[in-house]
Amino acid sequence: MSSPPTAPPKAPAPESEGRPPRQSAVRRVLALLRNTWRGLTSMRTALILLFLLALAALPGALLPQRSLNQQLVDQYFADYPTLAPILDKGGFFDIFATPWFAAVYLLLMISLIGCLVPRNLDFVRAMRSDPVATPRNLARLPHHAAATVDEEPDAVLARVRTLLGGNRFRAWQRAERDEAAGVRTVSAEKGRLREAGNLVFHLSLVGLLVGLALGKLFGYEGQVIVLSGGNQFCNSSILGYDSFRAGLRVDGTELEPFCVRVDDFSAEYLANGQPDLYRAQIGYQSAEDVEAGDTTQWKPYDLQVNHPLRLDGARVYLLGHGYAPRFTVTWPDGQQRTGQIQWRPVDMTTMLSEGATKFERPGVTDPAQRQNSQIAVTGLFAPTSSGGQVITSVYPDLRNPQVAVDVLRGDLGLDDGRGQSIFSVDQAQVDSGALARVARANLLPGQSVTLDDGTQVRFDDVTPWVSLQVSHDPGQETVLIFAILLLAGLGVSLAVKRRRFWVRVVPTGDGRSEVRLGGLARTDQAGYGEEFDRLRVAILGEDHAFQEPADPAHQPESSGTPKPGEPTGSTDRGDT
Amino acid sequence: MPIDPVLAAYSDDLYLGAVAVYVIAMFLHAFEFVGNRKPMRAKTLVATSGDEVTGSTDETPGPAERVGRTRSDKCGRMGVSVTIVGLLLHVAAIVLRGFATERWPLGNMYEFTSAICLAAVVCWLVVLRRSPSLRPVGAFVLPPVLILMFLGGTVLYANAAPVVPALQSYWLAIHVTTVTIASGLLMVAGVASILYLLVKAGKAGRLAAKLPGVDALDRLAYRVTVVGFPIYTFAVIAGAIWAESAWGRFWGWDPKETVAFVAWVVYAAYLHARATSGWRTTGAPWINVVGFATIVFNLFFINMVVAGLHSYAGLS
Ligand code: HEM
Repeated sequence: MSSPPTAPPKAPAPESEGRPPRQSAVRRVLALLRNTWRGLTSMRTALILLFLLALAALPGALLPQRSLNQQLVDQYFADYPTLAPILDKGGFFDIFATPWFAAVYLLLMISLIGCLVPRNLDFVRAMRSDPVATPRNLARLPHHAAATVDEEPDAVLARVRTLLGGNRFRAWQRAERDEAAGVRTVSAEKGRLREAGNLVFHLSLVGLLVGLALGKLFGYEGQVIVLSGGNQFCNSSILGYDSFRAGLRVDGTELEPFCVRVDDFSAEYLANGQPDLYRAQIGYQSAEDVEAGDTTQWKPYDLQVNHPLRLDGARVYLLGHGYAPRFTVTWPDGQQRTGQIQWRPVDMTTMLSEGATKFERPGVTDPAQRQNSQIAVTGLFAPTSSGGQVITSVYPDLRNPQVAVDVLRGDLGLDDGRGQSIFSVDQAQVDSGALARVARANLLPGQSVTLDDGTQVRFDDVTPWVSLQVSHDPGQETVLIFAILLLAGLGVSLAVKRRRFWVRVVPTGDGRSEVRLGGLARTDQAGYGEEFDRLRVAILGEDHAFQEPADPAHQPESSGTPKPGEPTGSTDRGDT
Repeated sequence: MPIDPVLAAYSDDLYLGAVAVYVIAMFLHAFEFVGNRKPMRAKTLVATSGDEVTGSTDETPGPAERVGRTRSDKCGRMGVSVTIVGLLLHVAAIVLRGFATERWPLGNMYEFTSAICLAAVVCWLVVLRRSPSLRPVGAFVLPPVLILMFLGGTVLYANAAPVVPALQSYWLAIHVTTVTIASGLLMVAGVASILYLLVKAGKAGRLAAKLPGVDALDRLAYRVTVVGFPIYTFAVIAGAIWAESAWGRFWGWDPKETVAFVAWVVYAAYLHARATSGWRTTGAPWINVVGFATIVFNLFFINMVVAGLHSYAGLS
């Protein structure tokens, strides 16, 4: 996240000019700053920034992203060799980590804060003060009516009070005021909670961002494959993982040192091979157990998809599974080596897997000889074999396991310093003739194949492996709390209607009163028309509708946004 | 989890029945627009009674419509009744699907397209109960429902089946149900905004005479969005909570999540536009339409073209 372009454009250097212009330059800078700030915190800017945010995020869905799938990105480079590098320069394959994406949301946050702080102050002020005084001319409001009723002002006011009272939640906030010549007014206001909701909502957005940042800084995520049948994994260092993604401030020295032991894995499938249940029975020792030296007890846990193991600060997930066939090589001199390593599924529906299990002949000291006696068992593994010459897998569960293997002998090329895949042999070694196929066979568990020199390769059995993910995100709770606040604030601010209602009662002197009503919906909330009408009927009676000639510009049913020049008190919106 | 094929077949039949009945309802609503566009009998009645003539302009079917029952009026009323019948069949189809699979019936694209349509129809009927004068809009709510249901029953159709382990969670019910409800509501709002734009631009031609006025359409769009948007927000949050327990992170910018975010921001922009001078009546309806387009895009394009963790479309 590089610094967003929040600084206003540079002003001309003040030194270069004489005295009077210098002062005006300072003033100009100030004016510029003020205008930039006003512009940045205006409603219109917020709108534009929201658009930009939506637009900026969109490529993240349409283009492959490195954070999700590097292979798809490579594929894209292969498909569009000219376009891809250009896009890459713009960060299009890492949209959410680009400075310009950060710039948009940081600007939005600044705009948000700049917009909210004054609103917040206004809100507190408004909470403490009475509803604003009754405007002089109620007929200019979007909702208004007037009539003469056969009651003394006191009686009318009493009625208005009960009407606007009611229980705590429905009640209007009221203030009564006396004007000259016995004229009395009631100002009522409802829905101040809306403002509170709106503020909670917007502030929660800031809180949400803070939570996300915490996660980005101090979180980590690592994947590791563990064979079932009692194998362990301890979260002691990054090196223990097959892949690891560290937060910006994570160096791997302070991982929670818990341990997990995978005792058993089972999967249930439907008849058509669709998985129905994955379950890993694990034992674990929490970080406290390990630190207290209590390393003999394993607490059992049933790890399933959707049921992660939640330890203090870290969570362990069951991400996937596969099979690890076990092979034993017996050399003619009777020496034996057993090897077992995970093979990777190539077809997720049948779990047909591929891999390479590699062996070094024991007791060979001569480096040259050692390199020529290495053995790799490669090929395919079918958990439920189709049988026949060319086998494939027909079902994902272990019903009829079989391997179709090539046994290669020679120099695996393990020592040349280049890393190689654990799932295959180095094709370059095969091409150069350093590694040659010496046998090919389909083996059931217990079956073996004998090489030309009498070496025996036996397929012993197979063990499932699970892939676990360990996640740590210290911002997660913060995010959740603010998400809930955000939702509550949003609900309140959209459900609560903010409106004002005024009554002016003028005594006519003959025991009757002239009653004038005015109403204003202070937020974009359709439907005040009906509510106003209900109040009007309750106060003036049915047949006194619209006695006063209505201003043709006002539709009585319109949603009633304040018109410029209307007495709206404090500004309701960011733009003025 | 066994599948009950008999119930599943009944469910499919009911679905077809619902589509057929909605088609009839749509035609009934369409008839509302043809023939006696200016209800003569009604007009004279109002004129003689002498009050509130100003209240019933061509654009707002006011008291005039209530007094005289024209044929077009009858068609409209029947359209509503028939829609309710379709709705009952539709509900039955979804419920039976749930019983047939013994799970919450929102596990693949066929199922949630169907549920979105249900939500839209329910929303529409609720709107109608509160503001009966909006009835002619029904002729425009039903076509998108029918298009979706047609696609659902053909291209997207998936046989009743259990769902994969990642979807076996009560969060499926919470998250997907709220997403579909919100989508259904936002669809109605989107239709209202499209009509608003058409009428305002004078493109609605003679249809405009029967449609509610632009203010009423604008209000409809706003009111429904204001209910749909918080539900949508809740759904996205629920999705994040579920993702945390299913995939190990609450937010990962998966394509589906990204477009959900984009749609959310667009709707936030809509609400902002409603409060920004100069945008309230011109820009806002467009933004609302874009918002719904984004939701549809998320439903179809992202599920079917872009593969992600959310690839539970049930298509193969
Ligand atoms: C992260 C960016 C933002 C998002 C997602 C967002 C979202 C929303 C939403 C959903 C609403 C309608 C709900 C409500 O009334 O509470 C709203 C209203 C509002 N927002 Fe924002 N907002 C953002 C930034 C801003 C900024 C920067 C400003 C100030 C310029 C602002 C000012 C307002 C105002 C004044 C309202 C009330 C509108 C009314 O009275 O109806 N918002 N915002």
